[in-house]
Amino acid sequence: MSTAVGREELHRLESIWAEKPGLRTFLTTVDHKKIGTRYLVTSFAFFVAAGLEALSMRTQLAVPDAGAIGPKAYDELFSMHGTTMIFLFVTPMLNGFGNYMVPLQIGARDMAFPRMNALSYWIYLASGIFLYSSFLLGSAPNDGWFNYTPLAEKAFTPGLNIDFYNLGLLFLTVSSTVGATNFLVTIFKLRAPGMSLNRIPLFCWAMAAQSFSLIFALPALSVANIFLELERRFDFHFFDRAHGGDALLWQHLFWIFGHPDVYIIFLPAVGIVSTVVPVFARRSMIAHDWLALATMATAFIGFGVWVHHMFATGLSNVTYAFYSAASMVIVIPSGVQIFGWLATVLKGRPVIRSPFLYILGFIVTFVIGGVTGVMFAAIPFDQQITDSYFVVAHFHYVLFGGAVFPIFAGIHYWFPKITGRMLDERLATWSFWLFFVGFNLTFFPMHILGLLGEPRRVYTYHPGFGWGLWNLLSTIGSFTLAVGILGTVVNVIWSRSAGAAAGDDPWGANTLEWATSSPPPEYNFPSIPVVHSVDPNWDVDDRRDDARRLEHAELTLSGGHETIGTDWLDADIEEIHEGPSESPWPLLLALTLSWFFVAFLAGHWVLAGIGVGLIAVAVGGWHLKEPGE
Amino acid sequence: MRRVAVAGGLAGVCMLVLSGCSDDQNTLAPHSSAARSITTLWWVMFIGSTIVVMVVTLLVVLAVLKRRGRLDRVESRGESPGARNVVLISGALVPAVVLTALFIYVLTTVPATAEPKPKDAKMEIDVTGKQWFWAVRYPAQRIKTANEIHIPVGVPVRIRAHTDDVIHSFWVPELNRKIDMIPGYDNSVLLEADRAGVYRGQCAEFCGLQHANMAFYVVAQPRAAFNRWVAREQRPADTTAAGAKVFTQVGCGGCHTISGLSNGTIGPDLTHVGGRMTLAAGTIPNAKGWLGGWILDPQHIKPGNKMPALPVSGSQLQQLLSYLESLK
Repeated sequence: MSTAVGREELHRLESIWAEKPGLRTFLTTVDHKKIGTRYLVTSFAFFVAAGLEALSMRTQLAVPDAGAIGPKAYDELFSMHGTTMIFLFVTPMLNGFGNYMVPLQIGARDMAFPRMNALSYWIYLASGIFLYSSFLLGSAPNDGWFNYTPLAEKAFTPGLNIDFYNLGLLFLTVSSTVGATNFLVTIFKLRAPGMSLNRIPLFCWAMAAQSFSLIFALPALSVANIFLELERRFDFHFFDRAHGGDALLWQHLFWIFGHPDVYIIFLPAVGIVSTVVPVFARRSMIAHDWLALATMATAFIGFGVWVHHMFATGLSNVTYAFYSAASMVIVIPSGVQIFGWLATVLKGRPVIRSPFLYILGFIVTFVIGGVTGVMFAAIPFDQQITDSYFVVAHFHYVLFGGAVFPIFAGIHYWFPKITGRMLDERLATWSFWLFFVGFNLTFFPMHILGLLGEPRRVYTYHPGFGWGLWNLLSTIGSFTLAVGILGTVVNVIWSRSAGAAAGDDPWGANTLEWATSSPPPEYNFPSIPVVHSVDPNWDVDDRRDDARRLEHAELTLSGGHETIGTDWLDADIEEIHEGPSESPWPLLLALTLSWFFVAFLAGHWVLAGIGVGLIAVAVGGWHLKEPGE
Repeated sequence: MRRVAVAGGLAGVCMLVLSGCSDDQNTLAPHSSAARSITTLWWVMFIGSTIVVMVVTLLVVLAVLKRRGRLDRVESRGESPGARNVVLISGALVPAVVLTALFIYVLTTVPATAEPKPKDAKMEIDVTGKQWFWAVRYPAQRIKTANEIHIPVGVPVRIRAHTDDVIHSFWVPELNRKIDMIPGYDNSVLLEADRAGVYRGQCAEFCGLQHANMAFYVVAQPRAAFNRWVAREQRPADTTAAGAKVFTQVGCGGCHTISGLSNGTIGPDLTHVGGRMTLAAGTIPNAKGWLGGWILDPQHIKPGNKMPALPVSGSQLQQLLSYLESLK
């Protein structure tokens, strides 16, 4: 079957792209698949940490007036739980899927800027360690992930707690910004020939929307962090009323970032849903273009709703009315997506497997979170219920139901792609039901607790307000959920070495990551695929043509680390894009940045200054040798 | 005669506490027209939401019951114009209509809970949030107290909400929505209880270590009883008792005010502390044993609060307890 020319091309690609196993490669690799896997594993470790924090809190709250955990530890636990879930788990986990899958789904051989990709991972890892090292010093961030001033000012939180928060998030933001830029350029410039805008897979649309949101939302958070750090370290007065500052400035800056961040978390997760639904419905996605538009619309409208986090601060009713209306408008793109998925499943012939179970679970839980979200747009109801446990219930339905369910769908769906093996379906099904029941048992009672008036962020409560039973049920639910998650962890570890062989395309999927072997070779595709529809892997003839092109050494790009650069609209071939191979500079730059942030935290300005010099050296080194020179 | 009235008033308050339910923070048990309008809004949205969730769940169940396909076969490719229209109608058009109606309804509910103007109220009370208690002042009546707000039934009372330190949020769920207390902002909320009772409130904005133990009570009383309470609060405290001397010697006055004796402002005003239902902002009952335990080791009961354990001898403690209990 295969010709001498084809074999020779494969051999050449192999020798160009192969990386020698070993420590050196481990530290210098820029392969998006390795980086993606690292993101997935690291962020899952942070998920476990955040989960243990949550279980500690639920243990303390199981009964009234419990003494398991005092207020100091409790405040650090809930602050780090939120910060970890949002910044160190969900977004990096989805970036892990993005890193691994986006280049494969668009038929490219790597991200547009592979070394920046490695940089964003190393910075993410370093900033995560930085934030968690605060526990060793006994001063973890303790004013919530929202970190309101003036509580977060030095007068009220004098320790290093908030400095860890400010500097850790600033550090992490470098990673997120670098990553978002990389995704945008990759998705708009490196698509396979023929993958015009209307044929971009919905997961890639979601990553593009997320990246767009990140780039515009993160500066507000960074400004807030910088202002607060200036205030804490150098006696500036941005938020301090006594000196002409304003405490509400923090809230505006934080939520201008914070609400778009809900969609930064949610959109890529929804992208996973839109990836899995057509595969298990066995038909093309209905209203694919509307779903893509809905994704972008959500990202855009998401910037206009932040004040609904501030309905109790005493702003004017006209202001409230505007943000109430915007918060209702944003329901519409979500409505389009939900009915798009439902229509696709109902018009298809579904196959129920573990990834699809998580999707079905997602639809139900997300709709519950969605309707309670609409309630918070109703101004007086929000003013009554905000900062109660009802909010905790709502955003766990949206973020855990809306993002962690799809993440688990993604784990089950892409595990065979990444490892070449199948997860155990029986264990996966059992884990799902524990996960689903445990989740609802944990978070549904919190709606009732909120209606009964239990405020958020309390380390204890007295008996007698009807809160005891619901809190106990919630704690039982949280441990059930934990067992379900543990089941998945066991399944992944066991199946990685002992799972059944998956073959290249066990799901009969429609997107291009399944058009190559599982796991994929370093160069992803022997010959860059050419696309003619929105479901390229269901175009059997096209895929046969790819194989034929390999035999004629067409589009094999075997002259270096090459992939195709295409026009952003129609994906016509524009250029051959050459990428770099292994490089030590991403790691070194991340280390020098770490030096700077640690020195700044310690308040050692000389060392911080040296750190700036080291950063300059690392950036210079990075530019010493361009690829292809 | 006066003493009997005081005792009667206190007994009434205690009975309300003991009767349960009446001092809950249940948003679904409103006791004012403002809180009732929110509860109605909730039930309307709850019914609508239940319908939405049930429809979607039903569709998911229908999907699961459909004839199964096979992973090695693609059932159909491309768009389905009919299904596409269904998506747009059910996903965009129907929500747009329903949400527009909801938005109009919401706008009509806003005035009931809006921040009151001075002319909307017959009485004003200043409440200042502090880490971790509530300082209460009646400017017209010249009363200062803490953690317990007495209001006359059926009279609109404007609460002016301020803070002395970080952001707190004033929330009595059965009487009205919450209002944040933010440095430099003049926020307010209207309380108008439509029947006598004790309504529990609690800080709703995370404010540090003892956010969980920053509760208070609103005691709504018939006019006559309220007037008697005002008269009692206006009386000066006894400053001649043996316990008063201990109070000053030990240093309690550095943080606490007892009118005529001391003027500390770090902790709650204690001028009439003996007449209150709870201590330490709803943390413990106001009873002799609890009070003694509190004075000896406040950090055990409410870790992180600003009261230190001062050295008091056994006899000093007894004198102090009798004195504080006498401050009705």
